[in-house]
Amino acid sequence: MGLTRKILKTGRVAEPAARAGEVLPKAAGLSGSVQVRHVDAGSCNGCEIEIGQAFSPVYDAERHGARLVASPRHADVLTVTGPVTVNMAGPLRKTFEAMPEPRIVVAIGDCAKDCGMFAAGHGVTGPVSDVVPVDVHVAGCPPEPARIVAALRGLTGR
Amino acid sequence: MSAWIAAAGQALLIALLAPIVTGVTRAVRARLEGRAGGRIAQPWRDIRKLLRKPPTSPEGAGVFFSAAPVVLMSTSLLIAATVPFVSTAGIAGSADLIVVVGLLLLGTVALALAGLDTGTAFGGMGSSREMTIAALVEPTLLLAVFALSTRVGTTNLGVIVAAGASDPAAVFTPASLLAFAALAIATLAETARIPVDNPSTHLELTMVHEAMILEYSGRDLALVEWASAMRLAILLGLLANLFAPWGVATGTTWTAVVIAAAVLTVKMCGLATLLAAAEVYAAKLRLFRVPELLAGSFAMALLAVLTSYILA
Repeated sequence: MGLTRKILKTGRVAEPAARAGEVLPKAAGLSGSVQVRHVDAGSCNGCEIEIGQAFSPVYDAERHGARLVASPRHADVLTVTGPVTVNMAGPLRKTFEAMPEPRIVVAIGDCAKDCGMFAAGHGVTGPVSDVVPVDVHVAGCPPEPARIVAALRGLTGR
Repeated sequence: MSAWIAAAGQALLIALLAPIVTGVTRAVRARLEGRAGGRIAQPWRDIRKLLRKPPTSPEGAGVFFSAAPVVLMSTSLLIAATVPFVSTAGIAGSADLIVVVGLLLLGTVALALAGLDTGTAFGGMGSSREMTIAALVEPTLLLAVFALSTRVGTTNLGVIVAAGASDPAAVFTPASLLAFAALAIATLAETARIPVDNPSTHLELTMVHEAMILEYSGRDLALVEWASAMRLAILLGLLANLFAPWGVATGTTWTAVVIAAAVLTVKMCGLATLLAAAEVYAAKLRLFRVPELLAGSFAMALLAVLTSYILA
């Protein structure tokens, strides 16, 4: 009974939908269905927490047609966070190659763009665009969940 | 109306309805979790997009990998065409219980072989788990419907459902209550739902169904997901028609068939809602506890058969 009362009392925790991002022409063929595979290429995990929030009940990216999946084979979109470390450059490239065409890469966070505070670190290869072609970049350190949802809406078009 | 056209129409109805049934379970679950959730037609959008994408094949995968989606889809279509979902007349007369369970198992085995064929660790692990579960579920499916077949003296699903449709009150016996409980648990296990498997898991170590299809992409994945949705719709439809046989057409006149199709849609969506609501309250069982649950459901199915002989 406790759970029933909790469900009734909590009601809907989802906030009103965030503003939509610009629609990427490359994503037009996906027509409202985007499966996302995430790769942490060496991030501090700050961005991962925000991505987790973007798919949480509050921001709820699923209502716009985006869903996290367990395999790159199922994915249309690859989200990458962090400066790419030496050890993760290979796995990141392999993940990208395992995805079926057309594949879209979303770099999330400032580190993914210019390595942030980790630039010139001994274990860092470089930004994400050095390893795989980046289509969309979400700025912020870490970016707010609403910005991540907005970028995903730009891919689903909803 | 020709019996073959009716069968094709029924298969088409189930195929169109199946992703919607999956969408309903996701929407209900999202609502109860406080999320806004995707639209009910979202599974259709996913399948439509996947059908447009080219499939990929892992290195060294052979004929089992490429054949499994087609086998899974064709067995599902065959069951959807023959089982008396809409009307008990027509080729529903050829829908024997043992054939239907055999076809379901053929699809399961095809997918398990495909999981092994990929050569990945998770694929093989998923296959071994799926076979463990299937070995315990199929006897339960058979026995649970046997309990209902003793009343009419045949394993023909068309006759069983027709007997129920002509006298719905006779369905509610202690035997059918036990059979219903057993069949419901078997349905959860067969369609990879909580508490046996979690359809939305991302943890490879807890996967069963998802682990086998990790390597599929594009059109192949669309077929596998579509067929899996159809299997859920088929088993929910079977549950609905065996234990709540109201509204099933006994002829093939247009009005009766249209009404029966509408009633079937409502029944399936109702069961999907119940399923999703029950899933919110349940947690996934630890894998080693699953055989206990399935053994329990088998015992209930056995008791149902015994009861149907003793009390009949």
